[in-house]
Amino acid sequence: MITAGSETKNDVKPPLWLLAELTYRCPLQCPYCSNPVEIAKYQNELSTEDWVRVMQQARKMGATQLGFSGGEPLVRKDLEELIQEARHLGYYTNLITSGVGMDEERVKRFKDAGLDHIQISFQASDEELNNFIGGTKSFQHKKEMARVVKEYEYPMVLNIVIHRKNIDQIRDILEMTVELNADYVELASTQYYGWSRINVDQLLPTREQLANAEKVAKEYQERMKGKSKIIYVIPDYFENRPKPCMNGWGAIFLTIAPDGTALPCHEAGQLPIEFPNVRDYSVSDIWNTSDGFNHFRGFDWMVEPCRSCPEKEKDFGGCRCQAFMLTGDARNADPVCDKSPHHQKLIDDVERIGELAKEEAKKPVEAKPLVFRNMKNSKNFISEEKETA
Amino acid sequence: MSLDKTIVPEVAPTFRVQWEEVQDCWVVLYPEGMVKLSGSAGEIMKRVDGNMSIDEIITDIETAFSETNLEDDVIKFLEVAYDNGWIRNKK
Repeated sequence: MITAGSETKNDVKPPLWLLAELTYRCPLQCPYCSNPVEIAKYQNELSTEDWVRVMQQARKMGATQLGFSGGEPLVRKDLEELIQEARHLGYYTNLITSGVGMDEERVKRFKDAGLDHIQISFQASDEELNNFIGGTKSFQHKKEMARVVKEYEYPMVLNIVIHRKNIDQIRDILEMTVELNADYVELASTQYYGWSRINVDQLLPTREQLANAEKVAKEYQERMKGKSKIIYVIPDYFENRPKPCMNGWGAIFLTIAPDGTALPCHEAGQLPIEFPNVRDYSVSDIWNTSDGFNHFRGFDWMVEPCRSCPEKEKDFGGCRCQAFMLTGDARNADPVCDKSPHHQKLIDDVERIGELAKEEAKKPVEAKPLVFRNMKNSKNFISEEKETA
Repeated sequence: MSLDKTIVPEVAPTFRVQWEEVQDCWVVLYPEGMVKLSGSAGEIMKRVDGNMSIDEIITDIETAFSETNLEDDVIKFLEVAYDNGWIRNKK
């Protein structure tokens, strides 16, 4: 039914952001990973030549920002080569990494290849929790790598995914980023997709925790003004209006999954839409004419309450994936919006989890263990899907 | 006017400035972001090369556009660029 090859919609602007998910292999097992639950299905990774072709095509269209991501992009042996090619093409090159698989020698090679920026993730501000969440002994190494990154004069972003297990450490986390001289700090509240959706009962913070975290984040934003830019976004489950997801479908972002599937965002693979592959089509064909990328462009696809909403050009009805996950139809308003008929259900769920969190705080052991992101668990999910299909 | 015009500014190492053909403008690039510069801002930024002083940048622009009295505009933009951390004094 759906193939790459319908008409180009009017006024499609070129992509500005190319997110290259080089691999889904990763030495870490963070239970909130934004990768698909089906990571074990993605064995057939694009070759170096494929990536070079994709980078060339997207650059020609006007993309300026390039993110090397994953999984853990350091796993790819051709990373240096890809960085060099990307820089040569004129991209601003971002490496989004856990730091595991990096050493000073490699940081130096990245510098020589022209890498512009390194973002390192931390799981917590103390060794025990960091290593527990990541499922590996990585904390000291991450700190060491952050120092090396600054030594080589890279702009450094430290990214910490925030959730119920680490949100009360927020002051210590921010102190750590000050100590490590981060230029930017992203306190990224867990968004509930993929693995984190499975673990939402254990990860969603309480309203009280959020209020405290916001207060502390504000304090540091003031204190670090001019030295470090601190970005803190609260989880959208606590908002009344949805986020303008990806600044609109097929508007700016182009994600390429490890197997070459082209997506308007890194979560879109879960939607019941067929997305084209860069092995079969050029980036410009995919961006301009594929049904996948035109699916939710413009406003014609909208249903009520979005269709007649005066705010539709501001937030585009929110996130298609969230609408799909929580209502079963990707065209619906994102239930984060209080105009959505599904909003109350989301509020109830947040309250239910809040009660769970309070219960959990009283007990010495967790009622429900976290499901870690690894190939074994992924395979289990895939076989469960098959059984229920 | 608070800027010392003998100062030589340079692009800070955590930013990059380049011409973008498709956007048809000069841009400032930084981690995961980009600012598109207006025509006049681009003319100033492309001269911030770590060699020219602010005085020389002003003269160069006035010559290129056969205009005088551009000093205020140039200084005003450079102050914005300093505030945003795009440029710094060359040591």
